[in-house]
Amino acid sequence: MHDKCLDVENLHLWRGDRHVLRGLCFSLSSGECLQVTGANGSGKTSLLRTVCGLMYPEEGRILWEGQDVRGDLATFHCSLVYLGHEPPLKAELSARENLHYWIGVRRRVGAAALDSALERVGASAWCDRLVRTLSAGQRRRAALAGLALSMVPLWLLDEPTTNLDTEGQQLVGGLIAEQLERGGMVVAAVHHELPATVRDLRRLELSA
Amino acid sequence: MTWTWFHRLASPPYVYTLAARLTPWFAWPAALLIIGGLWGGLVMAPPDYQQGDGFRIIYVHAPSAWMSLMVYTTMASAAAVGLIWRIKVAHAVAASCAPIGASFTFAALVTGALWGQPMWGTYWQWDPRLTSELILLFLYLGYMGLRAGLEDTQRADRASAVLAVVGVVNVPIIHYSVTWWNSLHQAPSVMRLAKPTMALSMLVPLLMMLLGFTLFFAAILLVRLRGEVLSRERAASWIREIVNA
Amino acid sequence: MNRFGSPATHPVVQAGATHARRAPLWAATDRAAMFDAARLALARDLTLAFRKRGQLVQPLAFFAMVTMLFPLAISPELSRLREVAPGVVWAGALLASLLALEFLFRDDAYDGTLEQYALSGQSLTWLIFAKTVAHWLLTGVPLALMAPLAAFSLGVSAAAVPGIVASVAVGSVALSLIGSIGAALTLGIKRSGALLSLLTLPLSLPVLIFGARATQLAITGGPLAAPLELLAALAVLAVTLAPLAAAAAVRISLE
Repeated sequence: MHDKCLDVENLHLWRGDRHVLRGLCFSLSSGECLQVTGANGSGKTSLLRTVCGLMYPEEGRILWEGQDVRGDLATFHCSLVYLGHEPPLKAELSARENLHYWIGVRRRVGAAALDSALERVGASAWCDRLVRTLSAGQRRRAALAGLALSMVPLWLLDEPTTNLDTEGQQLVGGLIAEQLERGGMVVAAVHHELPATVRDLRRLELSA
Repeated sequence: MTWTWFHRLASPPYVYTLAARLTPWFAWPAALLIIGGLWGGLVMAPPDYQQGDGFRIIYVHAPSAWMSLMVYTTMASAAAVGLIWRIKVAHAVAASCAPIGASFTFAALVTGALWGQPMWGTYWQWDPRLTSELILLFLYLGYMGLRAGLEDTQRADRASAVLAVVGVVNVPIIHYSVTWWNSLHQAPSVMRLAKPTMALSMLVPLLMMLLGFTLFFAAILLVRLRGEVLSRERAASWIREIVNA
Repeated sequence: MNRFGSPATHPVVQAGATHARRAPLWAATDRAAMFDAARLALARDLTLAFRKRGQLVQPLAFFAMVTMLFPLAISPELSRLREVAPGVVWAGALLASLLALEFLFRDDAYDGTLEQYALSGQSLTWLIFAKTVAHWLLTGVPLALMAPLAAFSLGVSAAAVPGIVASVAVGSVALSLIGSIGAALTLGIKRSGALLSLLTLPLSLPVLIFGARATQLAITGGPLAAPLELLAALAVLAVTLAPLAAAAAVRISLE
């Protein structure tokens, strides 16, 4: 078992005429969580999407385990999961079916694993109802079940606590803490602090 | 060493000044060739024994049609370079080409229709070449429409580049299928815009016009490119230096 | 400038520290096979379509209406209509498939599932191909089955049915694939219907030409092997190249 490592070197990103990311550098090792804060428009989402490889930086590199991710994006994608603002769920499928398709495209997922992930996020009661009948908080929980199910070392989360009550926010903290204990890493873009269950946060503040 | 000039071509300030310097070198020869070609074609060349003086429109129609295709290929090549190597100047070149190519296509259609009137008695026939030109015009309009519909310049560049490459692959297929379609329904009378058998005195002005149009395109492209680069780089510092100088 | 939390506040966890780390559960070996991933993408699209059955009927209703326009606009005489039947059937099929193309990627782009496909570690080209196959099964095949009905209403005899079904079925494969490129390019543009048509129609003209010819030969009883084979060739070319272009366009729209 070797330590995973994410390195971001001298990242510059322009969106139109705006210089959004200006020479960003950081390093993340196994067991670390990076909390990214900043005002609206400061580039939190752009940073996450650039690390994913969805956006292409004008300058700078992203290194995963010492290799430039641009060399083999597909393998890098196998090692990460990205959760955006909106939970990636289809309204006409149930939460269980959504997870089956979403994670099933990535890795073989058994029914038992699905059940335990849904139970972990407290979704067992409503996991077979269509997503369009669920509240925003329930949808967020269903998306979090996908995180637990994806079994990848790197989590990139964009505002994971949106629409969640206190209990839900504790759930997010718990999931992140478990991920870190497993030796994974998390980069989370947030407006407010992550729950206290996540210890020893690294912090990064982006200015607009 | 050979790659240094290639890298410099990717720099907007360099291209901006280079384009200004090169334009007269294309513009003046173009003017001379076009005037010479027109005089040779309209005045000097003898009338065709079959078509009389009506064939002379070929001196504008054929170069326009040739250019419409050549500009599309240039546009697609520049777009492909910009797409693969992520060079913004290449996208600016492609964007500048599109209206020029569309104008050439339109000119080819209009001159083709004007030629058709004395030849067939009607302004329009579904001749395979005219039909292909019409489809090419729609390809240009689609390209320009896609650019206009996407607000983010970077996305507009890259999406229209994909479209241009797909289009250039399709152009031979479209041309072949239109020719095939036309051959199925061949009417007894001559439907095609037949090129008259060319005597040298007819051919030389035509070649002059072809070359002249090509140089004209290059000159106009360079002028448009400067405008395009200016508009894209309006926030950059080197623009301010030029304006203040 | 961007500011950092100081590393001194973050204790370094050494191997063999007092609290044991949980062993990581990830294994690179249980990555889904490409074919399974494509099958899942196809299954999801088909499942979703059947839960929104109303939407499936719209292109077919449109096709029926377009066919109805021509007798009203030209003449009720069946002999005259039979002459224009190939053109009417194909124009209607082309327009109906254009209508359906808007739904190919729109919902997925809107709710973020297309983004997840791009980040799944699977070949986006394959996944998009699977989606386009689903689209063809839901649009092209029903159109191919409806085309004979449209032809009947225009005075075509029953002997032409196999030829018409074959030509529309094969042609619609190419139409769906070519259309997927336009649909991917115009993702996120509001009211993109006209632009999508402008982009897709010129590229679909060869399919129209060969398809209409095949249909005409089917009606007159002639040998339609040649245009049908050309249609198949176009379909094969589209299968090979279109998903690549559509995947590139999708990635560009996600940037």
